[in-house]
Amino acid sequence: MELKGYSHKFGDDVNTDYIISGKYKFSTIDMDELSVHLMEDLRPNFYNDIKKGDFIVAGENFGCGSSREQAPLVIKHAGISAVIATSFARIFYRNSINIGLPLVEVTTNNIDEGDLLTVDLEKGVVKNFTKDEVLKIKSLPKVMLKILQSGGLVNYYKKYGTLELIN
Amino acid sequence: MSTYKTISEKIFSDHLGRDVEAGEIVIVDVDFMMGQDGTTPLAIKTFENVGAKKVANPEKVAFVIDHNAPSPSEKVSALHKLMRDFSSNYGTKFYDIGEGICHQLIPEKGHALPGQIVIGADSHTCTYGAINCFSTGVGSTDLAIAMASGKLWFKVPQSVKIVLEGSLPTGVYSKDVALYIIKNLTANGATYKAVEFEGPVIDNLSVEARFTISNMSVEMGAKVGLIKLDEKAENWVKERTDKPFKSYEPDEGANYEEIYKFDVSDLEPQIAKPHAVDNVSPISEVEGIPIHQGLLGTCTNGRIEDLRIAANILKGKRIHKGVRLIVAPASKDTLLKAMNEGIIQTLIQAGATVVAPGCGPCVGTHNGVPSDGENVISSANRNFKGRMGNNKAFIYLGSPATVAASCIEGKIADPRKYL
Repeated sequence: MELKGYSHKFGDDVNTDYIISGKYKFSTIDMDELSVHLMEDLRPNFYNDIKKGDFIVAGENFGCGSSREQAPLVIKHAGISAVIATSFARIFYRNSINIGLPLVEVTTNNIDEGDLLTVDLEKGVVKNFTKDEVLKIKSLPKVMLKILQSGGLVNYYKKYGTLELIN
Repeated sequence: MSTYKTISEKIFSDHLGRDVEAGEIVIVDVDFMMGQDGTTPLAIKTFENVGAKKVANPEKVAFVIDHNAPSPSEKVSALHKLMRDFSSNYGTKFYDIGEGICHQLIPEKGHALPGQIVIGADSHTCTYGAINCFSTGVGSTDLAIAMASGKLWFKVPQSVKIVLEGSLPTGVYSKDVALYIIKNLTANGATYKAVEFEGPVIDNLSVEARFTISNMSVEMGAKVGLIKLDEKAENWVKERTDKPFKSYEPDEGANYEEIYKFDVSDLEPQIAKPHAVDNVSPISEVEGIPIHQGLLGTCTNGRIEDLRIAANILKGKRIHKGVRLIVAPASKDTLLKAMNEGIIQTLIQAGATVVAPGCGPCVGTHNGVPSDGENVISSANRNFKGRMGNNKAFIYLGSPATVAASCIEGKIADPRKYL
């Protein structure tokens, strides 16, 4: 499956409180209500700039901070098809795979705001049409790819009826 | 397969009944699991989505209402009610408002034991590594699946070792050590990895002070911050449980991705400046910056030892005019001890406001949101923009002693002059 969209570029160490502020996520689990606040401390009105399928592109350590899964959930709910970053924080990485939000680990120095990109997870490549460049993605372990392909851990668990490693 | 193993590799090998090494993805039985009010409601929803009919082992599950306790609004109350109802329907353990912060309660109540694998739907679950427990933060989906199945998937982590040499000078605490390490390793210096702390500095720390260091491991990206179980820590655990447990030491020759050594004999108190935990300076470089609010508490530094340290500095003094000092003890037990020792009286006489045990001010949900342009000195673990509920405020992190000294002077102050 190929994902296609435009880049929204952020810097290093984008933490989960920037993705969705703590002051909202304790009072509701309604993603319609939460996702309008996506990244608002870093970029007010960001939610309105997203076209379905777009990518969030960032530097090192994306998703550091809190374990609250509201962070990857609001990204997915807002219409972002994948997050592309040089590196990810551990719990965010795990949560994203668990909820079926694709993460792409690749050096992002040469991707700029507004670049048109495609992502192919199976082939492991990002194509940057604006820069006419192809980037190779670090491949995911098989189990994680399976979870992602199932649409997340809930579907994986339901599909296989158990929490076993399916190779 | 290496015959020499790190603490993490040993704990996973023993749980699986076969040899595993770092990098392998495994599914293991989880010994205990925890969720707080910011993460449990989503876990409950996911648990229902999975179609689970029962919690696999209700006695191995605890919910804690600590992030927004007592509830400040109707909407929060509805989420708390969801947790209470689920807990009474499924028989899980429950700690309601006022009991304290999850990371204090879980080890304090003897739920997390040495050698166990414990998960918590909160990033600072790495704290219990201080008592040799492989404990790590997860999200709501992980908690839901673990509640339903009793198990969870893990990648056995690579390990790094941090050796702390020398001895800590007076007025310099485990918090200062943690900040100094994070400065050196940076906010993602140990991402995906287990950290093992050792050396004479760790040996000399109280168990409470070790929790502070393990707690902050996640601020350098780590999965867990493990410490060997010595007699001191073993006694601490035995005071809290009658259950048997096993502890693990790394083998000599175990495979570490890196070994870092830090001599802390000349360390000054450290301050993390806005808006990143690794933006750390020795206090001499930031002394004098005006502050408007102090926060003493949190899962990093809200324990009885921390309150004692602050009270010793504040005894007989008044906090500076124009400064608010908020004190949130880490648990009910901590609060009661602090009352018995006269610490609460000392803090209140000095001008502090004591709030219910919990996380509120640290996460910006209630109980002390700073105003625009204000500076806060806090004993917490994070100073992200907006962390305390206002993205136009500035958060500095320091030890409880530094918080107390700074509140007296109304500006960032070196606590050593008060000792």
